[in-house]
Amino acid sequence: MRTKQLFIVAIALMVSPALLFGAGTISGKVTYAGTPAKQKTIDMSKEPTCAKQHTTPVTTETVVTGPNNALENVVVYISAGAPDESSASTQAVTFTQKGCQYLPHVLAMKAGQELKVVNDDQTSHNIHPLAKVNREWNKSQPPGTPPLSEKFDKEEFISVKCNVHPWMHGYFAVLKTSHYSVSSENGAFSLPNLPPGKYTITAWQEDYGTQTQDVTITGSETKTVDFTFKAKPY
Amino acid sequence: MNALSKRLFLNTLIAVTVALPSLAQEAHVGDLTGHAASGKKLYRRFCIGCHGPLGDGNGDNAPWIDPKPRDFTAATFKCRSTPTGALPTDQDLYNSVGRGFYNSNMPHWDALTDQMRIDLVAYIKTFSPRWKTEKPGDPINIPAEPAVTMQSITHGAELFQKMECWKCHGQQGRGDGPSAATLTDSKDQPIRPYNFAAGGDDSRFKCGLTNQDVYRIFMTGVDGTPMPSFADVIQPNDAWDLVHFLRTLQTNRHSKENDVLKAAGGKIPVKAADAPSGSGGQ
Repeated sequence: MRTKQLFIVAIALMVSPALLFGAGTISGKVTYAGTPAKQKTIDMSKEPTCAKQHTTPVTTETVVTGPNNALENVVVYISAGAPDESSASTQAVTFTQKGCQYLPHVLAMKAGQELKVVNDDQTSHNIHPLAKVNREWNKSQPPGTPPLSEKFDKEEFISVKCNVHPWMHGYFAVLKTSHYSVSSENGAFSLPNLPPGKYTITAWQEDYGTQTQDVTITGSETKTVDFTFKAKPY
Repeated sequence: MNALSKRLFLNTLIAVTVALPSLAQEAHVGDLTGHAASGKKLYRRFCIGCHGPLGDGNGDNAPWIDPKPRDFTAATFKCRSTPTGALPTDQDLYNSVGRGFYNSNMPHWDALTDQMRIDLVAYIKTFSPRWKTEKPGDPINIPAEPAVTMQSITHGAELFQKMECWKCHGQQGRGDGPSAATLTDSKDQPIRPYNFAAGGDDSRFKCGLTNQDVYRIFMTGVDGTPMPSFADVIQPNDAWDLVHFLRTLQTNRHSKENDVLKAAGGKIPVKAADAPSGSGGQ
């Protein structure tokens, strides 16, 4: 009995070094300063099966804001100092086409992680990631066909579009690390399970570019890091 | 050896050593072996005007050309036998050089010898590092073509609706579908969908003349353009049906498909449920 308990503790320690040293968290909020450009209204009348899914006007999502200057869809990730991760996450991330929009608009994943692309619409889409570092491919996905399974091997922010519906636009953020977070509608992000160490945190917004900050984690603490992007007014 | 000639010799040695890794690139088609070093001389004579000294498609003539010359540094190629996203085979590139690209400024280079063309292919492969780290994809399998029948053509017409080919190519395949005007290639240049109805007996597809070429085009996709791959969503037999229907969109071209259609009265039956608002499949 005793040995069994010891065995479990030993396994737990091996599996999670963070437990041994205490795991830190970096969290915070992404906001904007100034007045962001007004997003354009999308006319989906050419695709009635999509248009009827929306009760309120749909706009472009280049800059998505929330209450109190919150900035949504910002990818916050550890760009330096992250512990080595030999294997890719076994869990797949999902990119859904619904109402002729991408859900989510920005999808983060680790290089090599499985990506599932789902078509929830009654119309054909073509998924066309305009990769420059990774392979550029372009696949048709008619309604009712099974999800596509793909992966990207190299770090890159990839613009994704559907040529049939030119308003559809999104991003794949392919990262070297699995320590990433995409800011929510109130701008919040959280990077948990960080062993003590010195980290560089990068925040990326598709129109505003990137910002970095250095953070040191010493134990099982939560450090707050906020990012503020200057809005482009045009 | 005096100091000057010694230095010249050393500089040449360094230059050769640096240049060698890429100029050692080869290409193979059948018994032919292409050498990048020979291809480079040919490229500078025949190709540089449009594709540019760096192979990025920014040659002196490029501003006046539409569609734009291929950017070899991206290693994204339209006409492949390999799946979307994969590098083409040497044979694919060799065929493209010899065939040229219809409806573009790229002529067919069949005036060059076989050896010259394979040398050029080897040199084209020095512009992107992908050729050093990646192998070309495996060519897609194309099963034997079944007989052309009205049943095959009719089913092809249904697939044309179901796969929504008409969104870009239009109901009559005239390249005037609802999304046609908004299309851009991967470099944000406007691009038109193929107009099946244009031309007569010489109406050619970008990537070849035969029914096998048509099959290959929609299964592999035309990378770098809005035309996606349908390999994951169309079964091989269905793909042949679609080929047979697409041939009937080439209304002015003599083909066995048009003969079969004509013999059956010239009309493709449209299932009521599939009939779109507006015009039918043919």
